Amino acid sequence: MSDLIRRDPRTEWIARNRLHPLHGEALFSTSGHPVGDVRGPSGLLRKNPHGVGFIGPNGIKRIDRLAIQLGESGPQGGQRRGAKAAVEVQLPLVTVESPDFYVVAVLDMVGGRLTGHDKDVLGQGHKLVAATEGKGAVVAVTFGDSKEEGFDKAGVDRLIQFRGEQYDGYSPEQRVTALEAVERELDPEYWLFPDSIAGGQELGCRLAARLGERPATQAWQVDAFTSLCRGGSQRIDISRETPRLLLLGEECADQIDETRHEAVVIELASVPASLSRIEDCGAVDVDPSQVPLGEAEFILSAGNGIHDWDQFHQAAETLRATEGASRVAVDDGFMPRHRQVGATGTWVTARVYVAVGISGAIQHMQGIGQCDKVVAINSDAGCDMVKRADLSVIGDSQQILAELIRLVESRQQGGAEDAA
Amino acid sequence: MQPDLSAKSLKVTSLISVGQHPKSGRARRAEQDARAVELGLTLSDDQLEMLHVGSGDKTVMRSYLGMGLPKMTLLKQGDRGDAVPVLCDYLATHAPDILLTGVRAESGEASGMLPFLLAEKLGWPLVSRIAEIGEVNDGVAEVLQALPRGQRRAIKVRLPFVASVDNAAAEPRQSAFGPGQRAGINDMPVAGGDDVVRSGWEESPARKKPKRLKVVKAKTAADRFKAATAKASGGGGKVLKKESPAEQAQAVLDLLIEEGVVR
Repeated sequence: MSDLIRRDPRTEWIARNRLHPLHGEALFSTSGHPVGDVRGPSGLLRKNPHGVGFIGPNGIKRIDRLAIQLGESGPQGGQRRGAKAAVEVQLPLVTVESPDFYVVAVLDMVGGRLTGHDKDVLGQGHKLVAATEGKGAVVAVTFGDSKEEGFDKAGVDRLIQFRGEQYDGYSPEQRVTALEAVERELDPEYWLFPDSIAGGQELGCRLAARLGERPATQAWQVDAFTSLCRGGSQRIDISRETPRLLLLGEECADQIDETRHEAVVIELASVPASLSRIEDCGAVDVDPSQVPLGEAEFILSAGNGIHDWDQFHQAAETLRATEGASRVAVDDGFMPRHRQVGATGTWVTARVYVAVGISGAIQHMQGIGQCDKVVAINSDAGCDMVKRADLSVIGDSQQILAELIRLVESRQQGGAEDAA
Repeated sequence: MQPDLSAKSLKVTSLISVGQHPKSGRARRAEQDARAVELGLTLSDDQLEMLHVGSGDKTVMRSYLGMGLPKMTLLKQGDRGDAVPVLCDYLATHAPDILLTGVRAESGEASGMLPFLLAEKLGWPLVSRIAEIGEVNDGVAEVLQALPRGQRRAIKVRLPFVASVDNAAAEPRQSAFGPGQRAGINDMPVAGGDDVVRSGWEESPARKKPKRLKVVKAKTAADRFKAATAKASGGGGKVLKKESPAEQAQAVLDLLIEEGVVR
C-alpha cells in the first residue's frame, strides 16, 4: 500500500447525504469525530450538532429530546417514531434502617383503601420526620382487611395491620387496646389521626383520653413547634404548641408522590383482648332513595341508552342503589331533576358508580370526578364513559340489567336459605 | 321505633352548651346539644336532667328550657374554667343511666374530647354519633349509630353509657319563649381549676385555608402539554365485549360484591 492519503469520494458523498443509512459512520470516518460528544482541544466536552438527532421521513432532521431524558439509548434513525413514549418511571426508594423514632399514623381506610385524607396524614408524618432530629420512620396502622396496594407510594415506611374478627365492624375498645400495645412497643414521637367522620376522630379522641394527652384537633398547619387548629363553627384559628397527638384536618400537608417507601410489615408481640361492653349488631338497611345523591355510596345512573325504565327502577331497588340520571334522562322527563348527576346537577362522591347507557359528556364526567370505581354498561365501546370506567361491559343494557337482577335475586334467595 | 314504657323510668342527663351561629357568631341553642335534649325528652320526659357548666348565658339557657323542661342544673364556672373535673365530680354523685352530649362544641376549641374524657374518667362505655336510642331492656340499650353517607348501624350497649348525638338525630322541637322564662335554673357554684394549658394559646379569626394547587410535575414540554390538554381518564379499565350478557352481568356483580356495596 502506498502512503498517499487518498480521498474516498463515495464516503464523502455518503457523509453529505443525510438520508443515507450509513451517514453516521461515513461522517465519523471522514471527519474523525464520533457521532455523540467530542472532547475538544482544550479538554472541553463539545457536542457535535451533526451527530445528534435523526432524519425524519420527510428529510428534516429531528432531535428526540424525550428519549434522551428518559435515559434510553440514543436515537436511531427514524425508529423512534410511533414508539411508546410514556414509560412508567420507577420512583426512588427511600429506606429507613433502624429508625431512631417513629411517627404513627392511624388510617381510616374507607372500603379497605387509602383515602385522600389518609394520604395527607402520611404526608404530614413525613413533614414531622423531616423537622425532627434523627432518622424517623412513618408507621401506618390499619384495622381490618385492606385492598390497598399503594402503601409504598403513599409514604408508608412501616406497616402494622390489625386483622381478625375482633377488629371488624364497630370495635373501638379493641382498637384502642391495640393502639396502646403500639404505644408500649414503639413509643412514637407523634400520633397522627385523620380528623374525619369515618372513624379517625373517634379513635384519636379515645386514645388521647386513654393516654392522657391533649390532642390538637382539626389541625391544618402543623410543624414541629406550632400547630394551627380550627376552632368551633370554623370561626377561629388556635395557634398552639404541637402536642404529641394530632387530629389532622383535610389537606393538612402535601401527599407523598415523588418517592417510594418500604412499607415493611411489623408484627406486634401480642395484643391483649379487651372487655367489650359494646356489641355491634351490623348495618341497618336504609332506604337508598332517602340517601341524598351527593353522599350516596353506591349509585346506579341512567342515561339515554335506557328504554325500559321500569326495569331500571327495579334494578336499583334490587341492588339497593341510589338512583342517578344524566341530563338527557332528566330533560326527557324520565327522572326528577334532583337525581341529575353532573355539572348542572349534583356532584356525587359515590364509591361505586354504575353508569347504564351514559356515554359520558364532559359535564357528567365532572360530576363523577370523585367516584372511586366506575362501571359502564354501554353499547358503544368507544365512548368517554368506557375510557373512564374501571369495568366496562359492551352490550344491550336491557339484557345485562335483566341478567343482573336475576343474579342478585338468586343470590339473595341463596343467602336467605343459608341463613335459615 | 318508640321507646317502651320501661324506658320512661330511665335517668337521662343531657349536657348542653352555648352554641354559636356559624356566620353571625351570635350565641344560640347548639344544634347537636338541642338534638341531645330532644332525644332525652323522647326517652324520659320527666327524668331528664339538663346540665350546663360555665357562666350560663341566660337567653341561651332559657331557649333550651323552652323545649318543655321545668328546670335545669347550672354548675357555675368562669369562662376559662375546665369543665371535665367539675362534671366528673357532679356525675359521680348524680349518676344517670344515659349521658347525652353533642359531638363537638360550636365555639372555643371544639375538640370534641369531652364525652371521651368523661367516659374514660367514669369508666363507662361510649357510643359516638348516635341517631336514635331504641328499646332499653335489662340494662342493655339498642342504639342506632349514624355513619357517613347516610348509613346506620345498630349497636347494643350496657347501661350506664355516654353517647354523643349526631346531626342525623331527630330535629329538636321548637323552643317556646314563655315556658322557657318561667322554668327554674338551679344554680350551683362549683370550685374548679382553670384550663391552664389553654391560656398559652393564641386565638385569631379563622384564616382562609389555601386551596391546594394542582402542580404538574412534568419534566418536559411535551409532558406539560399532555397534562394540560389530555382528558382525565382512568387509565384503561377492563372491557368486556364479546361475552354473553350473563357473563357480563356476573363480572359487574363480582365487582359490586368485592367493593362491598352488594351484600
